[in-house]
Amino acid sequence: MGRYIGGRIISMLITFLIIASLTFFLMKLLPGTPFNNQDKLTETQIVQLNDKYGLNDPVPVQYFNYMKNLLSGDLGVSFQQDGREVSTIIGERIGPSAYLGLQSLVVGTIIGLFLGIIAALKHNSFLDYGTMVIAVLGISIPNFVIAGLMQYWLGVKWQLLPVAYWDGFAYTIMPTIAIASIVVATIARFMRTEMLEVLGQDYITTAKAKGLSSTAVVIRHTIRNASIPIITIMGPLVVGLMTGTLVIEQIFVIPGLGEKFVNSILTNDFPIIMGTTLFFSLLFIIVILIVDIMYGIIDPRIRLAGGKS
Amino acid sequence: MEKILEVNDLHVSFDTFAGEVQAVRGVNFHLNKGETLAIVGESGSGKSVTSKAVMRLIPNPPGRIKEGEIKFGDRDLAQLSEKEMQKIRGSEISMIFQDPMTSLNPTMTIGKQIMEGLVKHQNMSKSEAKERAVELLKLVGIPNAEGRVNEFPHQFSGGMRQRVVIAIALACNPRVLIADEPTTALDVTIQAQILELLNDLQEKMGTSIIFITHDLGVVANIADRVAVMYAGKIVETGTVDEIFYNPQHPYTWGLLGSMPSLDSTDEELIAIPGSPPDLLDPPKGDAFAPRNPYAMKIDTEMEPPLFKISDTHYAATWLLHEKAPKVEPPGAIKKRMQGMAPSEPIIGAKDGGKNV
Repeated sequence: MGRYIGGRIISMLITFLIIASLTFFLMKLLPGTPFNNQDKLTETQIVQLNDKYGLNDPVPVQYFNYMKNLLSGDLGVSFQQDGREVSTIIGERIGPSAYLGLQSLVVGTIIGLFLGIIAALKHNSFLDYGTMVIAVLGISIPNFVIAGLMQYWLGVKWQLLPVAYWDGFAYTIMPTIAIASIVVATIARFMRTEMLEVLGQDYITTAKAKGLSSTAVVIRHTIRNASIPIITIMGPLVVGLMTGTLVIEQIFVIPGLGEKFVNSILTNDFPIIMGTTLFFSLLFIIVILIVDIMYGIIDPRIRLAGGKS
Repeated sequence: MEKILEVNDLHVSFDTFAGEVQAVRGVNFHLNKGETLAIVGESGSGKSVTSKAVMRLIPNPPGRIKEGEIKFGDRDLAQLSEKEMQKIRGSEISMIFQDPMTSLNPTMTIGKQIMEGLVKHQNMSKSEAKERAVELLKLVGIPNAEGRVNEFPHQFSGGMRQRVVIAIALACNPRVLIADEPTTALDVTIQAQILELLNDLQEKMGTSIIFITHDLGVVANIADRVAVMYAGKIVETGTVDEIFYNPQHPYTWGLLGSMPSLDSTDEELIAIPGSPPDLLDPPKGDAFAPRNPYAMKIDTEMEPPLFKISDTHYAATWLLHEKAPKVEPPGAIKKRMQGMAPSEPIIGAKDGGKNV
């Protein structure tokens, strides 16, 4: 297992470097310059600014410099917020994003699993159909539409929840629902299918033949086996959730990383683009690693294939 | 002899989109204490459904026990609530399934899977149950039981898994064991070992066994009595000797004739023509009539009753009626009946090594 994880970490580093390089060159293709009100600047000022940030060097030299700094842990300074370290900016923005992401993931997963299990156990009943309608809606309605509708009805019309901003738990409810909807929908559908599949397995009949109650059969024998494929979809789901957060943070004016990310692209703030992209990439890579390790924990057959050391 | 289980006029149906499939249509049999009853028949004859009905393991919907009683002691299992039935399953009546590769939970250690029944039915503590699990693994012949009790099913071979399944079934010393084709998925040498194991365990524990199979070789090896099923009914029942030496139903002849034998090479195998009837719309009269070369006019009109041949031997065929012409089974089958030796194991059970 240790060797397996070691190998994985090396391949993660390579992935990370490839992402960094690709992002760097793609970013250089963006139109415009990082400086506001360029028309008010004189030629010399622009040259001076470009010199200061090393933007006059040929692109390969810039790339080389950036990678050198990156490997020593230096993400550079923001162009927009003069001289502030990118890592500091990410640090102060990460709080709301992480909170929102985790809350949506946890709430969404729990509700999704619950709905999926109920739907499978009450197969072909009203509950089953109801759950699947929710699931289809959750998948087919984009989360920014849900966000807008909630803002209009819950926020403006009925005044139940704050429309936007980030100032306490009440402010997290609507963004969480918007982000979690796709998690709930995806997990509910998968869990239902997997539960039905597992419930038809021979070992469930064996468990029933032992005289176990149906609750014991479901909890001890069905859910664990049904959740193995769920772990697999958790990876892509978390990734989707992060990208979903980018938009939702914009809509609800939440001072998170996603909002910073989107704005940095609009203003050509190169170091921030690089910093946030790399940060998100790193998160994705780690999530995928965690999913693979979880897989081994829950399914003994995979644990063994990974090597017993 | 004491009857431990008695099934009377059992009907089991499945409601499908196409209509009601009458999988079991009035089955009667009983199981004596300490004996092995083999239920034989081809695929779709209703033997598995019958055994699952006794365990009340037929998924409902679509399946249901339409009528009939399943007398176990003074209780009628067909009428018990699910809660009461859970107390019987695994403790008084247990079941072994066909495919050991799929009948164990892949994510649970085999020890835990054996312990579950013990904890539930015998109120054992975890440590007591674990001790008993190790004992059971030894009993079913798994080497290094102390170590293997913590392993997962995928670490066992097919034959070893079937031993684990047997250990699970026998955990609470059940009075009745239903074995639903327990050797079908195993290769022949392992089959022999499993049959030998079942025979041994029956002697040690005095369990009564219902053995479902389509393999007459296995029947000869293990059964005391045989019930032959066709199209959801029992068409002939008798002791092993009666069924193998003096079969009366043309379907039983067909089964015997289509059984390959290792002893001689010059015999031809006789196939039963046609295929079993569609139980969505069971035929009028004798269900076997369309495939029966000896069918008479009455076979297509009226169902034959069970004719008594001896106290233990009954067959449902009009050929046994006093007005029916005397019919002899085909020569090849007669020869085979003489060659059949139910007292001797057909497969070399004793030769199989313990290493799987």
